[in-house]
Order: sequence, then C-alpha cells, then structure tokens
Amino acid sequence: MPSRQDSLLSRLSLEMPSLRTTAIATVIVLCGAFALAFFYAPNDADQGFVQKIFYLHVPIAICALAGFIVAAIHAIRHLRTGDPVHDMRAYVSIHMGVIFGTGALLTGAIWARAAWGKWWVWEEPTLVSFLIVYLLYATYYPLRYAIEDRERQARYASVFAITAGAFVPLNFMAVRLAESLVHPRVFATSEGGLPGEMLFTFLVALAGMALLFVTLSRFELAAKATRGQISRLRRALDSEAPSAPTSRIAPSTPADTGRAG
Amino acid sequence: MIAFRAILAKDLRVELRTLQSLPAMALFAVTTFVIFRFGLDRTSLEGSLAAGVLLVTVLFAALLAINRLFVAERDEGGFDAMRLAPIDLSALFAAKVVALFVYLLVLEAVALPVFAAFFLDSGAGLPPLAAVLALVNVGLAATGAVVSTVGAHSRARDLLTPLVLLPLLVPLMIAAGAAAEPLLAAGGPEYDEVWKWIGTLALYDLTFLLVGYAVYDFLLED
Repeated sequence: MPSRQDSLLSRLSLEMPSLRTTAIATVIVLCGAFALAFFYAPNDADQGFVQKIFYLHVPIAICALAGFIVAAIHAIRHLRTGDPVHDMRAYVSIHMGVIFGTGALLTGAIWARAAWGKWWVWEEPTLVSFLIVYLLYATYYPLRYAIEDRERQARYASVFAITAGAFVPLNFMAVRLAESLVHPRVFATSEGGLPGEMLFTFLVALAGMALLFVTLSRFELAAKATRGQISRLRRALDSEAPSAPTSRIAPSTPADTGRAG
Repeated sequence: MIAFRAILAKDLRVELRTLQSLPAMALFAVTTFVIFRFGLDRTSLEGSLAAGVLLVTVLFAALLAINRLFVAERDEGGFDAMRLAPIDLSALFAAKVVALFVYLLVLEAVALPVFAAFFLDSGAGLPPLAAVLALVNVGLAATGAVVSTVGAHSRARDLLTPLVLLPLLVPLMIAAGAAAEPLLAAGGPEYDEVWKWIGTLALYDLTFLLVGYAVYDFLLED
C-alpha cells in the first residue's frame, strides 16, 4: 500500500528536491525580471513609470488564461482515462488560474486608474472579457462543493472545465467585436510593436510568472498527495479512530477514494 | 432516433398536461415588462434599451424553465431509467434541447407581441428580431440542458444552475443585444451590422451544441 502513495508523488514528480529546484528557479527569474523592469527597460514615452506594471499585469493575466486552457486539457484526459490524477491537476490549474486572475484584475484596475483615471473602464475589451471569464471560473468552487459523490464531483468538474475552456475564446471574440479597441496593442502595431529592451524584459517576466504558476501548482499537488498519504497512514495506525476531515471541495486523491469505498 | 422522439414527446406531453413551466414563464415575462416600465420610467423604448429589456426578460424567464427541465427525471427516478435503457444518452440531450427550444418559442410567441404593444412604436423590426431570438433560443437550450443536468445532480440545485449559467451566457447576450439593437432602432430597423452578430450567435450555438453532445454521456455515467 505505501508504494501506491509513493508512486503518486513520484508520478507527479513532486519529490522535495525537484520542488526545491523549481522554487529556486522561480525566485531567480522573477527577481531578474523585476530588476530588468526597473533598471533595464526604458520608461514608456507616453505613460512614463506607470507603464512598468505592464511587466506584472500582462504575464499574470496570460498565466491565468493558460491555466484555464491547461485545466481543460487535463479535464479531457480525466474523462478519457478516468484517472483521478488528471482531475487533481485540472483542479489545481483552475485554482491557480482564479488566484492569478484576481491578481490580473487588481493590477489591471490599478493600471487603468493610473493611465485612464478610472478604476474600471467598460470600453476596454480585454479587461471586460477577463472579468467575464473570471466570473465563470469562480463558479467552479460552488459547483464542486454542491456535488457530494466524489467520482461524480470529479467528472462534473471536468465537464465544467471543458465547457468553460470552449467558452474562453468565444467570449474574447464576442467582447472584442462589441467594444472599441482601447487596449494597447503592443505586440503587433503598425509602428512595429515593443522595442527590443521592453520585449526582452516582458519575456523574462512572463517566464518568471509561468514558473511561479508551475511552482505553486506543484506545491499544492504535493500537499494534496501528502495529505492523502497522512490520512491513510493514520488509518493504518488506528483503524478504529475516526478519519481526519479532508477538504470537501478539493478533489480526492486515490487514497481518499480508497477510504470512501 | 426513436428514443429522442419518445423523450421529446414525453416532455411536451407532461408540460401540456401539467402546465408547470410555460404559464409561469409567460406571466413572469409580462410582469417583468411592467416592472421595467416603472423601473426605467419609460413608456416607449427603442434601440439598445429596448433590446436589453427584451433579452434580460427572456433570459430570466428561460432560467425558470431551465431550472425545472430535469425535475421529473430527478424526482421520479428518470435518470436511473435512462441509464438502464439501451439507448444512446445523447438522445436525452437532444430531446431536452429541443423541448427547451419549444418552450422558449412559446414564451416568445407571448412575450414579443406584449413587448411590442407595451413599448414599441412600430412593429417593423419584429420579424428579423424573431430570427435573432430563435438563435438565442438554441444557445440557451444547449447550455441550459448541460448546466441543468449538473444542477439536478447537485445539492444546491436551484442555486447552482443560474450561478453557472449566467456567466456562460454573457457572450450570447452580447451578440444578441448587438444584433437586436439596430432592429429596434427608433427610425426603423437597420441591417448593416446584424449579419456579423448573427454569425457570432450561430458560432456560439454550434460550439455549445457540440460541447454538450461531447460531454453529455459523462454527466449521466454512474
């Protein structure tokens, strides 16, 4: 039995040394990105210093959306194979996506306030699309929470992740068609887009934020796998004692499913 | 195909005999129009305001039917019967989508003339508006059938369905609002921008019909 749980940790490659490596890499790249943003990238001619938030806001938003897409891919794999590991991955991806999404909305509001003088700008299609996507994914938690049966919960969560994954591009299209183009089109404009220093800084910041996303996801996965292992060991120690309560929203590890049965 | 026809006929027959959803939806829609009359303090509407009032009313009336779509299956063991029956479960999805589409058509057959009588100066935009509403109905029915199935299996039931459905319907409402606005313009309907939005509506409908068809089996597995 212990080997089953160990194999889950190693299957997810969540052993401590590998976790530490990604964590250290994240710190280095993110610190490097912020150093580049402050000391290397030039001040924006139009917005000045305020534009530096671009190196935080845009990578966070991209990582959040990427997390939703990754969740949809894991959800498809979960429905095809029935392996709860994919459900765990999808759950963690959406969880991180929602957290990063909160960050993107907050930094977006701060930037809007500094650049346009208002906390919220409805004419801004990317911000509005992002809010709608965020509102949809925020319902992922009540949905999981409302379904008691563990297996059905996992399956419905996957159906949600796939449906919402299909929704994301449609939503961006509809909002963009409906609104004027206020958002800075920084990568493909007639003037040739970002200057080299800015683009380089942005790419480093994006890599750092992606690493942060991966690190946090892996830590949460490791925590879930470890929690399952601990509750299983506790049961093995004393089969009479009532089992420790586990989170009702979080997806079950294979060990949890074993306990329920 | 036989299963599809049987389920659809069952649903429509049950609705005709019990009249649980349709009268409530129609009454809800008319009452909402009256509330908008006083809430907005307007006796006539045009353009985006008219489109908004009509679409929001249809959306919330549709939620009543979507919430009740699987009540019989849930309470009377219909889901278990469907699982036991040797049928393709997408027949259930297709039948529910069509049943919901029919309910919404009936709702609009009542609500649209009332809306026109209450608020519109001319009825010239109504025929093309009916076509836009038909596309809205397909989108509402496809997403509604999937989300209602999830809601029926959850503890939160009536709470979860609108919670998940409303953000999912935002793109549909954006496109429908933008398509309906020029049709209800003060100086008579304009058709310049409408095709773009009809295309968007059709894309939304197609996407969620396909997604619903693809995932529906997994919602009923046991």
